[in-house]
Amino acid sequence: MAGYEEEEVKLFGAWGSPFSSRVEIALKMKGVKYQLIEEDTGNKSPLLLKYNPVHKKIPVLLHNGKPIAESIVIIEYIDDTWKSGTPILPQHPHQRAMARFWAKYIDDKLVPMWKSIRSTGEEQEQATKETEEALRTLENELQGKKFFGGETIGLADIIANFLGLWFGILEEVCEIKVLTQDKYPRIHQWINEYVESSVMKTSLPKRSELLSLFQTYFKPTK
Amino acid sequence: MVSSGVQVLGTTFSPFVNRVRISLNLKSVNFELIEENLAAKSDLLLKSNPVHKKVPVLIHDGKCISESLVIVEYIDEKWSGDDGVSILPSDPYDRAVARFWAAYFDDKVVPVLFKLSFGPESERVALIEQLAEGLVPLEEAFMTCSKGKSYFGGDNIGYTDIALGSFIGWIKAIEKMSGIKVLAEAKTPGLVGWVNKFLSTDAAKKFVPELEVYVELLKKMQA
Repeated sequence: MAGYEEEEVKLFGAWGSPFSSRVEIALKMKGVKYQLIEEDTGNKSPLLLKYNPVHKKIPVLLHNGKPIAESIVIIEYIDDTWKSGTPILPQHPHQRAMARFWAKYIDDKLVPMWKSIRSTGEEQEQATKETEEALRTLENELQGKKFFGGETIGLADIIANFLGLWFGILEEVCEIKVLTQDKYPRIHQWINEYVESSVMKTSLPKRSELLSLFQTYFKPTK
Repeated sequence: MVSSGVQVLGTTFSPFVNRVRISLNLKSVNFELIEENLAAKSDLLLKSNPVHKKVPVLIHDGKCISESLVIVEYIDEKWSGDDGVSILPSDPYDRAVARFWAAYFDDKVVPVLFKLSFGPESERVALIEQLAEGLVPLEEAFMTCSKGKSYFGGDNIGYTDIALGSFIGWIKAIEKMSGIKVLAEAKTPGLVGWVNKFLSTDAAKKFVPELEVYVELLKKMQA
């Protein structure tokens, strides 16, 4: 990895954020050294606002002074830029299209998944319906596959980190169960493989720490 | 023209479908448009896009791909060559910037277009303002991406031009029906210039319907 040391890579993120975590996973898969600049999302730094004026959100990757925002865009950039290390997207155009399709699908379902646990009344009912439909679709997609990316973790799996770790913790803290073992055995199997994988063991936040964080901020809404 | 057994499920007026048609055309790929009646979706559509049941779907080599921007990237990668046309820029950072703005447009601008077209009349004035505001960041984006040239892609249309340009007819129809300009010379001169340049390209003349088409469609839908 000659030359990687000369690169200046900074990540404006937050350890508890799944979006920020996605980028850390990608950087670690490529063996890229980076500096994590922990942002307080309730009190955003001037630098964050300068580097992401459009959305004013984390994560933002700064590579040799050039900023990139939006986690999926950042991950594709990482895959494009650092060619050694583990490939994140597959080689062939059709497989790349499938990876992007599922990454987007999963990304779009984060809000309903969150709301199925955290919102109330009709909003929660609607979100639960959408979440259950999404989980059925993903359960189906995992047929015959270890990961969404096939034998190895790929783009869609990285984007699904919320489902891999955060969602279960949210369910536990808020005492609401949506992702049941009997309905979604393949997803449960995927979660096990996911958190136990060497990639995720070195990249995801510690479950106990995330659980503590959520216990502090989230109490059951019922 | 390369004959390659490519089919596109869609309509002639969907801007999402037109992103695909423009991209295939740029690559000189022959394709057949199978027109769908969105009020009565065909078995082929439901089978080829079971997850979303929407157009566009690209059918090629026995495989189906959906989501317009995913399809555009597929087209760019599948039909690539040293002497061919590139849709995405070659530099990774420029690619990231192009993807960022296309995603911005789909996430922040397109939903407002839908609400304006199909939502309650009472909300329209506020939504028009929201639309105009949503387009403002694209002015700076254009200045940065074009680097003084005619298009986001530089000398020729590229990913961002295709992603945004396919929506011009619809945006202009909304301007006409509301009587309010959302792309105003004063606030977004670069974009106004780009719109005119884009509409004069072969791609736009072939695949971007005139605003009258959208005015008629909207009148029908809002009746």
